[in-house]
Amino acid sequence: MAILIDENKKVIVQGITGREGMTRTKLMMDYGTRVLGGVTPGRGGQDVYGLPVFDTVEEALEKLGPIDVSVIFVPAPLVKNAALEAFDAGIKLAVLVPDRVPIYDVLEVHHYAKKLGAGFVGPNTLGLLSPGKGVLGMMGGRAKSAREWFRPGPVGVTSRSGGMTSSLAYYLSKQGVGLSSIVHVGGDAIVGLPHPEIVKLFQEDPDTKVVVMFGEIGTSQEESVADLIEKGIVTKPLVAYIGGRAAQKGTRFSHAGAIIEGNRGTYEGKVNRLREVGAHVVEEFQDIPKVTLEVLKKLN
Amino acid sequence: MLIFSAIGGTGVEEIVKEHPDKVSFHTIDIVEGFRDYQARNMLRKAGIQGKGLVKIADMMVNLWETARKYDARSAEINPIVRTKSGEFLAADCRITVDDYAVYRHPELGIKIARELNRPPSELDRIAYDVEKNDYRGTFYFIQMAHGFGKADEYVGFHGAGGGGSMMSMDAVQRKGYKIANFCDTSGNPPASKVYRAAKIILSQKNIIGYFGSGSGVASQEQFHSARGLVKAFREEWVDIPVVIRLGGNSEDLAVRILTEYTKDLPAPVEGYKKDDSVEFCAERFDTLVKNSKIKDIPRPRIPEFSKNLYSFDTLTGEITYDHDLCLKCESKVCVSKCVPQILKLEEGKPVLNITREEAKKGKCTECLACEVECWFHGNKGGHVSLPIEGLDGYREKIGHSKA
Repeated sequence: MAILIDENKKVIVQGITGREGMTRTKLMMDYGTRVLGGVTPGRGGQDVYGLPVFDTVEEALEKLGPIDVSVIFVPAPLVKNAALEAFDAGIKLAVLVPDRVPIYDVLEVHHYAKKLGAGFVGPNTLGLLSPGKGVLGMMGGRAKSAREWFRPGPVGVTSRSGGMTSSLAYYLSKQGVGLSSIVHVGGDAIVGLPHPEIVKLFQEDPDTKVVVMFGEIGTSQEESVADLIEKGIVTKPLVAYIGGRAAQKGTRFSHAGAIIEGNRGTYEGKVNRLREVGAHVVEEFQDIPKVTLEVLKKLN
Repeated sequence: MLIFSAIGGTGVEEIVKEHPDKVSFHTIDIVEGFRDYQARNMLRKAGIQGKGLVKIADMMVNLWETARKYDARSAEINPIVRTKSGEFLAADCRITVDDYAVYRHPELGIKIARELNRPPSELDRIAYDVEKNDYRGTFYFIQMAHGFGKADEYVGFHGAGGGGSMMSMDAVQRKGYKIANFCDTSGNPPASKVYRAAKIILSQKNIIGYFGSGSGVASQEQFHSARGLVKAFREEWVDIPVVIRLGGNSEDLAVRILTEYTKDLPAPVEGYKKDDSVEFCAERFDTLVKNSKIKDIPRPRIPEFSKNLYSFDTLTGEITYDHDLCLKCESKVCVSKCVPQILKLEEGKPVLNITREEAKKGKCTECLACEVECWFHGNKGGHVSLPIEGLDGYREKIGHSKA
């Protein structure tokens, strides 16, 4: 098993005829994701890599049957309505790849998702990947590199940085640590499935033995994960790294979510809280594979 | 989430701990909005009664509506004052508009859509203009310190990718150095953007070294970054140690370009790959800063151009070939190394094989090969001019060497 994506989930791509949409559709198909079609309003009837293009999501579901996931590659100002269209048509998981989606739009998407029992990854996400099974979004860039970088195994990865997701996976694989699923939750302040939600999914996934979390300053995602451990909801070992030790208050560091507001979201606050509940917090990034291996060994 | 505190001052987290009965909270439903009676309920819970209850409730609804209308990440009135005549006024107010929604509000006239803990510095503005005028990739720059001396040990920092940059910045800091600036060039930026970023970083007076590193496994072609850095380092004739971790796609080529083309500079420039950890690179940097000898090598004179010039505009600059020099060039490396392959030879001289308009619109990707490669394998006839508005004036003002 894996979380959120595997070889059986049926997928469509909204914005499939765009430059990014097309390129990433190819990546997803080449990797083995079951992409069945795509949507671009006004382009119904065309095809992309042999996949049918529809005018609306509703039409796509009429022709293709039930769909599990929609991956959205439309310009940021259009993301809100694209996500609502997917949820309205009955899709339960959306992946919002674009960067720069306004915060109130994300809040509205969140509202409707909750109302309709759906969820979403992103915005501003590289996507997610279950090694050997499927990929959503653009993780890995090309299917060949995705196959080389991400090997199957017992470690779940959740990250607030896209680039670091790839490098974490690379360094873990190099040390012989395989991965169950890898999720880039998105770099923004508000995301659909933040660290605590992903960690809960890993807790329920029988194939995941250990979770590695790449955290950052800003937001309360890492603190919430600590709360889950304290309450006993999460019992699997957690290896965590927090970026942004050198950051200053009140200034955003690239990611919209990487900002310390008041006394919330500081490096020290996160590290202390995670250590308090027994998480393995590493100070140096290069130590993550070593510590993960030790934790895995202890389990066996 | 709306918070009301009957007690003024700052630090609502502290106030709520000491006076939980004076603070109330309400989570606003994004679709339903916020209504006056909800505000009145909040005020009642915080101990407000009488005329104030009604008037402050109206203010709270207005505050929410303003925040919603202007896409504010946060909006705060502090303090609310009651005048002698019994009126309630917002005596101070602060609104942070969502960076991503600034495009919806041209009426606000926001020049720099960036959250900062202070007004943007002059260098921040110069950097922001570079980013604003070039949609390719991302360039993010924040000055974190000002007016420091050499003895303060500040480092010019150049990251790639949000998380990778932060992690790398932390690694240098752990070695005991202070960070002069945060910088992130990522999202497959052209060499020209990386060049401008490096020039801006090097415009900070008194930095004692230059450290560059991203996630370590970049999906972008790293040789573009390498060429951008080489052009900047050579122009600046860098005399502070440089360590760059260029791990990722085409890293072998990238490190070769970076190190071979900077060998003759006064300061050492080292390049590393994905299997070199950021901690190792920070260690190397520390060693170089502490132990390396800066060589006293004068900057070579740049030969003056002849009159036989061929120029064309690019998206953000201008490229010139000195055809007198090109004629004597044996390698014609500009044509073979041009990444978008837009050059051809005409009677032994490089010219565009596309229209000038196409080159200007972006077909010329400003890969910088026709300058950087030409210096070492050609006859030094290629020159790429990439102006950075305001940088010369800024450097003159702070008494830094010419850009």
